[in-house]
Amino acid sequence: MSTANDVSYTGLIKNGIFGENPVFRIALSLCPAVAVTNSLKNGLLMGIGVFFVQVLANVSVSAVRNFIHERIRLPAYILIIGMWVTAINLLLEAFAYSVYKQIGLYLELIVAFAIILSRAELFASKNKLIPSLFDGIGMGLGFLVALVSISFFRELLGSGSLFGVSVVASKPVLLFALPAGGFFAVGLLMGFFNWIDIRFFGGHGASGAGH
Amino acid sequence: MTKLLELIVAASLVNNFVFTRYLGLCIFMGVTRKMDTAVGMSITFTAVMVISSALSWVAYHFVMVPYHLEFLKILVFIVIVAGFVQAADTMMRKVAPGLYYKLGIYLALIVTNCIILAVPLINADSGYSFIESMVFGLGSGLGFALALIIMASIREKLELADVPKPFRGLPIAFILTGLIALAFVGFSGLITL
Repeated sequence: MSTANDVSYTGLIKNGIFGENPVFRIALSLCPAVAVTNSLKNGLLMGIGVFFVQVLANVSVSAVRNFIHERIRLPAYILIIGMWVTAINLLLEAFAYSVYKQIGLYLELIVAFAIILSRAELFASKNKLIPSLFDGIGMGLGFLVALVSISFFRELLGSGSLFGVSVVASKPVLLFALPAGGFFAVGLLMGFFNWIDIRFFGGHGASGAGH
Repeated sequence: MTKLLELIVAASLVNNFVFTRYLGLCIFMGVTRKMDTAVGMSITFTAVMVISSALSWVAYHFVMVPYHLEFLKILVFIVIVAGFVQAADTMMRKVAPGLYYKLGIYLALIVTNCIILAVPLINADSGYSFIESMVFGLGSGLGFALALIIMASIREKLELADVPKPFRGLPIAFILTGLIALAFVGFSGLITL
């Protein structure tokens, strides 16, 4: 984790989407990647929720970083994240109630997502406000991209539709709409990204330790 | 009594947190590489789950409901759980240092595990009584332990298997989990609460 002065802002955003993609590369916060990706709409909404929480949490942690004693920093960060999650939950409950009904539990659990706390701890607590903002945007976008791509495949294969609009005439592969299908989809996509990394970029293809 | 027994079966098998609610995957993938860490984690986790359900039930029904503070439940529950985990961490360091050194990092990570927060939230939303909440916590803990132990025993065998390079590590673990999850679909409809 370098200090942000030598990295450009676009570099930070790119890093979040490709280099350190939260789901496919660091393999943090895997629960939502499986749980809410059975339809594109759920995946998109969840991604947007995480995006806002990540950006807001990064910015506020960075803003108060000099006022928090090192000993109590983690509980303080969790409280900041919890505050934003509560706010986003109340907003979504008010404006998108039907979707909230389906994925509400997972939206509440954003507070426990390792990725948000780990970015607050690893990046925002050590960097100035603006780089933290862009790091949050990058990580949030990376998460959004991962969720949207998983749910795109799962809805297309599992129910033959996108955003609830039927696009494939043939019979869908029901397996991918089933709960278990989420695990298969994530495993296959992760393997695919590793394959690209090994084949074209000479990487080692090892995903993160998976906490 | 039968109600409580049903609750345990429902929480551990029918609605198993890992395989049907997809929660706690981070720890699930993290500690299942070795059997003994999986067992240690299961024991710690189940204990933390039961006690934190009890603590959050008390806070929810005696403080938050009377003062209409239900909208703060995410914040309050995470503070209760994190505080309790911190206490458990300190006690374990004293009482069982051997286990503590093996599981140290995961103990810290329990706080960012979704299940530990999901159990109090579900308890609050379903309006379980005090005993029911604790039993639900116990069932969820047992279900998580079952998942960890199944997965750890498979992954120990997997060490010897010849997996294609891009799939080594997490991808193959995910596909395995998918297969186990398919088997757990068989439990659905066993009990409807």
